[in-house]
Amino acid sequence: MKLNGAQILVNSLKSEGVKHIFGYPGGAVLHIYDALNACDEIEHILVRHEQGAAHAADGYTRASGKCGVTLVTSGPGITNAVTGIATAYMDSIPMVIISGQVPSALIGNDAFQEVDAVGITRSCVKHNFLIKNINQIVNTIKKAFHIATTGRPGPVLIDIPKDITIATVEPKPYPNSVEMRSYQVPSRADSAKINAAADLIALAKCPIVYSGGGCIIGNAYQELRAFTRQLGFPITQTLMGLGAYPATDKQSLGMLGMHGTYEANMAMHDADCVIAAGVRFDDRVTANIDKFCPNAKIIHIDIDPSSISKNVAVDIAIVGDVKLVLSDLIVKMKTKFIQDISLWWSQIDQWRSVNSLAYQTKLGIIKPQTVIETLYEVTKGNAIVTSDVGQHQMWAAQYYHFDQPRRWINSGGLGTMGFGLPAAMGAKIAKPELNVACVTGEGSIQMMTQELSTMLQYATPVKIVNLNNGYLGMVRQWQEFFYEKRYSMSYMDALPNFVKLAESYGHIGIKVEKEQDLKPALIEAFKQKDRTVFLDILTDPTENVFPMIPSGAGHHEMLLAGRDEMASMNDDGLNLV
Amino acid sequence: MRHIISILLENEAGALSRVAGLFSARGFNIESLTVVATNDSTLSRMTIVSIADDGIIEKIVKQLNKLIDVIKVTDLTATEHIERELLLVKVNVNQQTQVDINKQIDAFSCKLVDVSEDIYTIELAGKSKKINDFLANLDASKILDVSRTGVTGICMRNRNLTKGA
Ligand SMILES: Cc1ncc(C[n+]2csc(CCOP(=O)(O)OP(=O)(O)O)c2C)c(N)n1
Ligand SMILES: [Mg+2]
Repeated sequence: MKLNGAQILVNSLKSEGVKHIFGYPGGAVLHIYDALNACDEIEHILVRHEQGAAHAADGYTRASGKCGVTLVTSGPGITNAVTGIATAYMDSIPMVIISGQVPSALIGNDAFQEVDAVGITRSCVKHNFLIKNINQIVNTIKKAFHIATTGRPGPVLIDIPKDITIATVEPKPYPNSVEMRSYQVPSRADSAKINAAADLIALAKCPIVYSGGGCIIGNAYQELRAFTRQLGFPITQTLMGLGAYPATDKQSLGMLGMHGTYEANMAMHDADCVIAAGVRFDDRVTANIDKFCPNAKIIHIDIDPSSISKNVAVDIAIVGDVKLVLSDLIVKMKTKFIQDISLWWSQIDQWRSVNSLAYQTKLGIIKPQTVIETLYEVTKGNAIVTSDVGQHQMWAAQYYHFDQPRRWINSGGLGTMGFGLPAAMGAKIAKPELNVACVTGEGSIQMMTQELSTMLQYATPVKIVNLNNGYLGMVRQWQEFFYEKRYSMSYMDALPNFVKLAESYGHIGIKVEKEQDLKPALIEAFKQKDRTVFLDILTDPTENVFPMIPSGAGHHEMLLAGRDEMASMNDDGLNLV
Repeated sequence: MRHIISILLENEAGALSRVAGLFSARGFNIESLTVVATNDSTLSRMTIVSIADDGIIEKIVKQLNKLIDVIKVTDLTATEHIERELLLVKVNVNQQTQVDINKQIDAFSCKLVDVSEDIYTIELAGKSKKINDFLANLDASKILDVSRTGVTGICMRNRNLTKGA
């Protein structure tokens, strides 16, 4: 029996094991929606904005490791999704986006709702396709999932003109695998490199493991844990890597970088051997590159050769799947004697005793840090926490101690305000058995509040923890430090009544103004298993994120809360964002 | 330093814009770019000349390799290779300049591909440097039009751009 292109597309998604699609209909995808309507195996989640669809698919992927799928119409459908696609791209998150396109014969004619989707997304996808023929559908979908999920993962877009969804053809079976002469995925690394790295590790007197998002995306956490424990080395994790190694373990120094801990950054600065696993030496992590790890030999493990020596020249580059490379290193290190590093640990313990995450409490004012600590306590550290972008994101990363991977979901690379809520919804759909909290700010949440409606329709109970400081706090902090307190456009006036807002969407809203109400409110929120609860928590409007490496400074030049005057930044620093 | 980078890629719509887009998005420089299908019509060969230090060239090569449509990238400058570029130039000739122009045409072994009353159309194939030298030797005020193909190149002897290392 002949099938139309839309049916073939939906069948292909089914064969690919897709269970959920986040999308929004429109003219160019009506046939696809018609085919979806007849398909029981796939649940479609109707978002309220295509950016929300992409973020929700992204959150779904990050929580589960399964490739999320987004379906949008042509023109404004795909342009709305671009921010979500770019967000996934910057964090190497696999995702398949299907966009409708005007009929083939109209492409290039400025047809109604036509945009060059392939052109617009080119620089923020791993790859994209324009399907030109109905016979290409199955292979293109197979290739798209293969490319999105292997190697260094990333979003892949398939643009499909409407006429191709309407045309009919005798369907071909969905392929089990796909051969691409131009795309090979590195797996095991060269054993000579493993040996060289092992030799270097064995000589290290001040070693440190620096691990990142690659260890989560590459499901390498068991290997990372085994490797680090076997050697007894200290480990610091990037914002994207939190949870791969348990934060509460004694070998963990916490996060490094701009708002990392004192001990993590000092240890990086003084290390003689850095084992960088699944990281990309991002500028938020390295601080001033000229002052980065001055005494260290650096071993860099990454699946993407273009990440290696991109920002920092490394001594040993190991291109390969971080999971396999670490397991090879584990075996190799069993045959080696390593140095006694007890002196190094005593030095680290001294840095730890500085207690760089300590903060001053003020009577009658809720400190944002306390909110996250209480959230941690109430959820016993087991929730999935998504966040938006700003100060609240840094506090969530600092004070919620992630012991498991895929529990901390944030937009690290693109820093997209608006990510948190739809990502939480996607995460809840992927992991209904887990508590999901969205830590946000009154600025960020307003970029995606419409998804509260989707969350009611699909019953995805999420606890929204709004650290309401009345400011675009991260902007205000920079203006306080580096623009002589000229608070240009960082104060948020005319805020909505968030309690009523939540209620109008059919959810529960709770306002928290006093510290003694904080814990009971959080407990109450998590008791409401089946409801989304919006906690609007008024926090200290003047609080800043510490510790901090100001732009242009090195890892050893951190500023600590209440202890250091904020030095004015040098000109090089001001150029940075 | 000047590098000639040879890229073998899928002959698909959009492949050229992926490469060109990569150069502009990452701020890499392109001196010249040529692209045409190979004898296998599913493949294209693109040859790019870029002036950059070795570190940048290494980044360019890695980023090119990351593109899904790209099959093989070779920095020709790092191997023994032959490079060629084709020039077509139109110059104004008159009785005074003719002798000198003829001398240059002979010296550079150019071809005179079209001659009209007062215009010569000259063809020259060779390394870019030779073409630059030839153009420099012409009287600039007499040059009417210049069209160059940009560089193409190939590895010498057993090394191949298409198969093997
Ligand atoms: C879409 C987008 N626009 C602008 C920014 C720049 N930006 C970064 S943090 C921030 C302030 C966020 O305010 P809020 O959500 O209230 O969080 P807070 O810092 O107060 O915790 C802004 C505007 C961004 N990251 N994303
Ligand atoms: Mg705020």
